[in-house]
Amino acid sequence: MPTTPVLPKLVGQRVKRREDPRLIQGRGTYVDDIALVGMQHLAFKRSDLAHARITSIDTSAAEAIDGVEAVFTGAQIAKFLPPMPIGTPFPSPDHRAVVVDTVRYSGEAVAVVVARDRYVARDAADAIVVSYDPLPAVVDVEQAMTGQPAVIHPDFKNNLAVPLVPSGTGVSADGSKVDDSAIDAAFKNAEVVVSQRMVNQRLAPNTMEPRGVVAHFEPGKGTMTIWSSTQNPHILRTFIAALTGLGQDQVRAIAPEVGGGFGAKINIYAEEYVTAAISKQLGIPLKWVEDRSEAFVATTHGRDIIGYVDIAAKRDGTVLGLKLRLVADIGAYNMLLTAAIPTLTMMMANATYNIPAVRATLTEVFTNKTPTDAYRGAGRPEATYFVERGMDMLARELKMDPAELRRKNFIKPNQFPFATQTGAVYDSGDYEKALDLALKNARWDRLKAERDAARAEGRLVGLGLAMYVEVCGIGPSAALPTGGWEHSQVTIERDGRISATTGASPHGQGNETTFAQMLADQFGVPFEHVTILHGDTGVVKQGIGTFGSRSQAVGGTALLMAGAKVKKKMAKFAAALFEAHEDDLVFENGTISVKGSPASAKPFANVAAYAYVPVPLPDGLEPGLSDEAFFEPTNNTYPFGCHISMLEIDRETGEPKLLKLVAIDDAGNLINPLIVEGQIHGGLAQGIGQAMIEEVVYGEDGQLLTGSFMDYALPRAIDFPRFELDATVTPTPVNPLGAKGVGEAGTLGSTPCIVNAAVDALSGFGVKHIDMMLRPEKLWRIIQGGRS
Amino acid sequence: MAQISLTVNGKARKASVEPRLLLVHYLREQLRLTGTHVACDTSQCGACTVLVDGRSVKSCTMFAVQADGSTITTIEGLATNGQLHPLQNAFWEEHGLQCGYCTPGMIMAAVTLLEQTPKPSEQEIREGISGNFCRCTGYQHIVNAIQRAAGEKR
Repeated sequence: MPTTPVLPKLVGQRVKRREDPRLIQGRGTYVDDIALVGMQHLAFKRSDLAHARITSIDTSAAEAIDGVEAVFTGAQIAKFLPPMPIGTPFPSPDHRAVVVDTVRYSGEAVAVVVARDRYVARDAADAIVVSYDPLPAVVDVEQAMTGQPAVIHPDFKNNLAVPLVPSGTGVSADGSKVDDSAIDAAFKNAEVVVSQRMVNQRLAPNTMEPRGVVAHFEPGKGTMTIWSSTQNPHILRTFIAALTGLGQDQVRAIAPEVGGGFGAKINIYAEEYVTAAISKQLGIPLKWVEDRSEAFVATTHGRDIIGYVDIAAKRDGTVLGLKLRLVADIGAYNMLLTAAIPTLTMMMANATYNIPAVRATLTEVFTNKTPTDAYRGAGRPEATYFVERGMDMLARELKMDPAELRRKNFIKPNQFPFATQTGAVYDSGDYEKALDLALKNARWDRLKAERDAARAEGRLVGLGLAMYVEVCGIGPSAALPTGGWEHSQVTIERDGRISATTGASPHGQGNETTFAQMLADQFGVPFEHVTILHGDTGVVKQGIGTFGSRSQAVGGTALLMAGAKVKKKMAKFAAALFEAHEDDLVFENGTISVKGSPASAKPFANVAAYAYVPVPLPDGLEPGLSDEAFFEPTNNTYPFGCHISMLEIDRETGEPKLLKLVAIDDAGNLINPLIVEGQIHGGLAQGIGQAMIEEVVYGEDGQLLTGSFMDYALPRAIDFPRFELDATVTPTPVNPLGAKGVGEAGTLGSTPCIVNAAVDALSGFGVKHIDMMLRPEKLWRIIQGGRS
Repeated sequence: MAQISLTVNGKARKASVEPRLLLVHYLREQLRLTGTHVACDTSQCGACTVLVDGRSVKSCTMFAVQADGSTITTIEGLATNGQLHPLQNAFWEEHGLQCGYCTPGMIMAAVTLLEQTPKPSEQEIREGISGNFCRCTGYQHIVNAIQRAAGEKR
């Protein structure tokens, strides 16, 4: 009798990714790699001005170019494409995919060309002549709130997209009743108050793969297939169907290999609607792929929010109250989630602390800039930055160790689930444990001695520490206009191999690997026998998508639930074969056997084959082994952690150098620690990038000054030290995996911990706060102007 | 139109190209070697890196006509006889990629790095790949992968 190999348990193991063989050999298929017979190419003519009325568009020279199929102005497109949908509960101005009369940011599309190839399409776009009547550009967000120098949308007085939303202690759930007594008392009773205006600057997401779309409407069938570099093909399908007048059953949306998302590929963009709508008009397949310079203006930006932070405390460090007044510069329009992102900053203002009174308020403002939307962390890094910078200022004011100030105010482990003042219910946490591990791994006391020794030599060295808690595993359906569930279908094929679909459509997260690990363990079959299908609405029947660090916590749970249903049915077939009870069966090592009787084992594939040729068919069973599940989480999850950094600033040049970064992250149970490390590294890199070198800058005329990699500093390998990671594990009770989500975590702790270190390094010059990014010139001026 | 002859991944090719056609577009669109990617238009990102006569070159900075007579290796030509190149294998082992978009260019740049500096220090690796952007990994696992490949090349 052949011995069956013993299969290792894979959940929790550092399993190499199965996505990689194709990607390291250049065999992945991204959108721009798709070529269809008869396919033509789109190019967009974009506005040179930030704010202007279009007086005329002359497309005749473009139309005369050999190889040009068609040219459409905004007015022509408006005849067959309705305004774009917006996922905001607040009133919002109409937003046309291509401008009809007034451009509101530099780079907004004003006309579209269809041509034989991308070179001809570009030539033709360049040949379109647009005449403008310029209007004053609204650039400064706080000036914009006074209606100066112009009002961008006539119905939105003083450019206020959202005039003021309150949240926190004393505010009713719908925001209509506001009682200030508790927050006022906190500040009245305070022995110390720290206050600071802080800017969380605008960033460009910069996925390495720019956006792209191929749309193929087949007039004979009346169906549309759309390939797009998106994080959520099902949401794409919903909106493409709605805007092209098709049913959702008539649209198939495919996210092929997607080269990064970082939140910027959640939104459904003008170019996706336009490519689909023109394909439907012309009845031919069309492709549009973004250039990088286009991406800087046409893909949503992230962050760009001012926070006015006030913290009231007693001299012993007890925090009594926190106020956070937020002003978000959302750019020219609401996109899908634009309005919602800063509400997450309000929601997370409570941070890791038990604060008796918290008041957050939010105002969202239109300016003549590219719209903002989700960018990795999406609202939570901003909250973390404001609160953790504020806590650091308080520690400095009180001359307390920043770690000890935080420890004093933590929400304690026995207080979970913890309802915050700002409307979140934190699921589980042990903040002190994460802090202690960070202090231990960083050797905090020794680090302080090293810093002091360096200072004695005249070097400008600083230490920074920050805690974070974020909201992940998004989320219950009440939290999202699309619904917040995830879907999966698991099928045992006739040969005993397993295929499973997931609506969590990955773009670098490695779900094909982690989800296969889970099913291999669940069914006791080899990892190689499991295939995970995703990113195609023709194959994956339902789904929401991958964002909000949700694919494992929500999508993984749906997978496990669908697997459990199929396994239960398979056990019934096996029970019939074995003449045993279905609860007495063991699935392991590619076999099914009766508990306590390993000799009874039958190959897994034999039971699968029986289920598809069920002779005899057991009573009460249908043939086949396939089932689906929707998982609706009861709550979000709240991962947390502590980051510590050491930073040195060159006294002569002001150039900062990150010397050390220690990160403790608690994402609950981990399916694949190797992949989790990669996620944290990537998040750290984006957080450090924001703290140190990245910034979207507009000129006074609304022109984007950082419109290419020549001017926007994307971090390179030389910008980072070797990150030192470790983890605490506090499972969530919200899902059976105990997994919280980790995709965005790295962006949260890193920004405040680095700026805290920079302020520490320059504390001798009397500086209390430095706005990001840490441009050497800015630091040099502090060194030159301050006392030394 | 201009006539060019070149060798790509060991195969002789002749083509008639517009003089303004970029090498990367010739490779991707005429030869359908789509493993070489485009991620910027200012030659910063390195996603389009290929080997031209054995040296790594950003193929968006070169016209196809300038490659006339040269020998080119793209990511598709790096494995030999079905065996992954040590760098490809190391990127897999060390989780040196996530979305995979920068990966072909990163690997091709690393090929030249290790040819010029077979035993690089970590700092030399970080400097050596600083012409290539990755937005996913924070570079640490890429550095690990190149270190591993350098060790295996002995």
